[in-house]
Amino acid sequence: MKQSVKKLLTGAVLGLSLATAGIAQAADPLKIGFVYVGPVGDHGWSYQHDQGRLAVEKHFGDKVETTFVESVPEGADAERVIRNLAKSGNDLIFTTSFGYMNPTLKVAKTFKKVKFEHATGYKTAKNAGNYLSKTFEGRYVAGFVAAKMTKSNKIGYIASFPIPEVIRDINTVQLALKKYNPKAEMKIIWVNSWFDPGKEADAANVMIDQGVDVILQHTDSPAAMQAAERRGVYAVGQASDMSSFGPKAHLMSVVDDWAALYIRKTQEVMDGTWKPENYWGGMAEKDIIIPAFTNMPAEVATEAQQLVDDITSGKFFPFTGPIKNQAGEIKVKAGERMPLNELVGIKWYVEGVQATAPQ
Amino acid sequence: MFIKLEPRGEASRSMSYLSPLLAGLLTLVSGGIFFAFLGHDPIEALRIFLIAPVEDLYGFGELCVKAAPIMLCAIGLAVAFKAQVWNIGAEGQLLMGGLLASAVALQLMDVESFWALPLVLLSGMLGGGLWGLLAAWLRTRFNANEILTTIMFNYIALYLLLYFVHGSFKDPDGYGFPASAMFGDSSLLPILLEDTRMHIGILFALLAVVVIWVMLSRSFIGFQIKVLGLDSNAAKLAGFKHKRLVAVVMIISGALAGLAGAGEVAGPIGQLIPSISPGYGYAAIIVAFLGRLHPVGIFFASMLMALIYLGGELAQIELNLPLAVTSLFQGMLLFYLLACDVFINFKIKFNRPQISATLENS
Repeated sequence: MKQSVKKLLTGAVLGLSLATAGIAQAADPLKIGFVYVGPVGDHGWSYQHDQGRLAVEKHFGDKVETTFVESVPEGADAERVIRNLAKSGNDLIFTTSFGYMNPTLKVAKTFKKVKFEHATGYKTAKNAGNYLSKTFEGRYVAGFVAAKMTKSNKIGYIASFPIPEVIRDINTVQLALKKYNPKAEMKIIWVNSWFDPGKEADAANVMIDQGVDVILQHTDSPAAMQAAERRGVYAVGQASDMSSFGPKAHLMSVVDDWAALYIRKTQEVMDGTWKPENYWGGMAEKDIIIPAFTNMPAEVATEAQQLVDDITSGKFFPFTGPIKNQAGEIKVKAGERMPLNELVGIKWYVEGVQATAPQ
Repeated sequence: MFIKLEPRGEASRSMSYLSPLLAGLLTLVSGGIFFAFLGHDPIEALRIFLIAPVEDLYGFGELCVKAAPIMLCAIGLAVAFKAQVWNIGAEGQLLMGGLLASAVALQLMDVESFWALPLVLLSGMLGGGLWGLLAAWLRTRFNANEILTTIMFNYIALYLLLYFVHGSFKDPDGYGFPASAMFGDSSLLPILLEDTRMHIGILFALLAVVVIWVMLSRSFIGFQIKVLGLDSNAAKLAGFKHKRLVAVVMIISGALAGLAGAGEVAGPIGQLIPSISPGYGYAAIIVAFLGRLHPVGIFFASMLMALIYLGGELAQIELNLPLAVTSLFQGMLLFYLLACDVFINFKIKFNRPQISATLENS
């Protein structure tokens, strides 16, 4: 008898504490953690992710609480940082660089209640999704603008690493050049870094010395834009709006806007509807935006804007056949669109690209 | 009143123990003031920086994970530095170790043998050791300055690693991303403590510290190394083989850095990726000197270095401090430690200007 009363009492107490815990949880803000590979002041990749974080804070107010850790190396350290974020009570964690993929999944295994979102990878788990943006849509427009604006018919492309994203975007620029200015050729310099202002500026200067007069970059610092401004040539910005770094050089910027996605994911976690997905958003989803076309004739800007509108509406798709590889073999038949699952892991260059594809 | 630094005839024993304590105290005080200015409770901020990282077992494990590669590189560097061989290339030797270890581990993916792991680690040591030997050969054969060659070898090693990780070592199922497949279980370092990432790499580091200590203080080769460092002419006069000694210290130093690299890829990372080291080889140079090139000093210095890295991360998470502030605090600690070393060899004298007295005397 005594025993059962005791049990009843503990049961009641337990139930009560559970109930209050439930109430407390409802009032508690949703905690969201972010892991950045660069400094938030890089004015490129990490900066844009941080803008996404700030947009989440602005949108949800005191319903969320965010933290970030910047300049986290993509080696053994990443797992600890992600784990510490999970341990300190974050409910949703964004890990924003490719090298965080395996560490994210390892931590996700231990912290089953925490939701993880990893940028630019390809693995998912029950509580870990990944997301990527279709930079190639913006890059195609950049290719068009470069084709129209070059006088020397030499375009420069500052590339980071030969990973699918970069190969894809080089291809898309080549496709645009072929269509709008077949005489234009593209020079590629690999700087083997995502963020190295010194090397990026060097690459830009070398290209300008070789007669390049429009510089595209697939790296994150505004150094190339600044070099272009100094030397009086044009440049296209990447990741963030770089117009302020080259008032006369800036043609356009391919901007990653993570705000819409981060707000949606946060809302889903709040509503309990979050599911892991392989998300790939572009202009239609407002993940890729081109804030302004500058320093170009009105008709070029109008045509470029028309391209943006057509890509957004789905009327036009940059990887529409016929597309040949470097050996001249048809890879995508005329009128067909290259399927997204092939584009994700693309390893070959289209005809006309002067680079050797990684083996 | 003038403050004058007067050289001591011989290094002060008590000061060599007191100076790190003094440095610690100065860091705590100025760190506290600094955090208070930023609007944080100074005690709480210091706790998060220095104690919170190792409050639980997982944190302690992480400290060991972080300290092991630094300790291995630093103890190796100490051997070279003792011989006045300025090996700045621990980073490159670490990368070559990681690269060669990965090459072997990728061949042993499906092998379930006990020997897989030793083979992986030994190839790491071989990679680092040979990379070090190359610099030693350039110095003894062509008189090429090893500071320059080892720095340049760091870049060559990095690009070799990138070449392979973007090329033939890439995971065939990895969608073209630059990372190898995950290694097989038999090639991975066993975990020492469950639910942590603490692997047996820390034991290798401790073993290396002890072995190098004994070698430097008790063995003939250790004696030769020290003589070479103090006076290379005396070493020559005594008949020590100069070329061989340079080669030996570079091999030891490189092999230990290589082991650190192997321990990273076969330890917490578990695969070859483009960035296997956030600059451990460079941090180890600071650690080696912070530990005064003495094995015990290096042990504490690597632990401290690892702790302030971890504290820096936690300060970002818990206090929302930017990275710049945490780096500043780390820099402050290192600055005080080195600055306080002045007291070991100098004493402070307060005295009045004595111009008139000297004039009279002359």
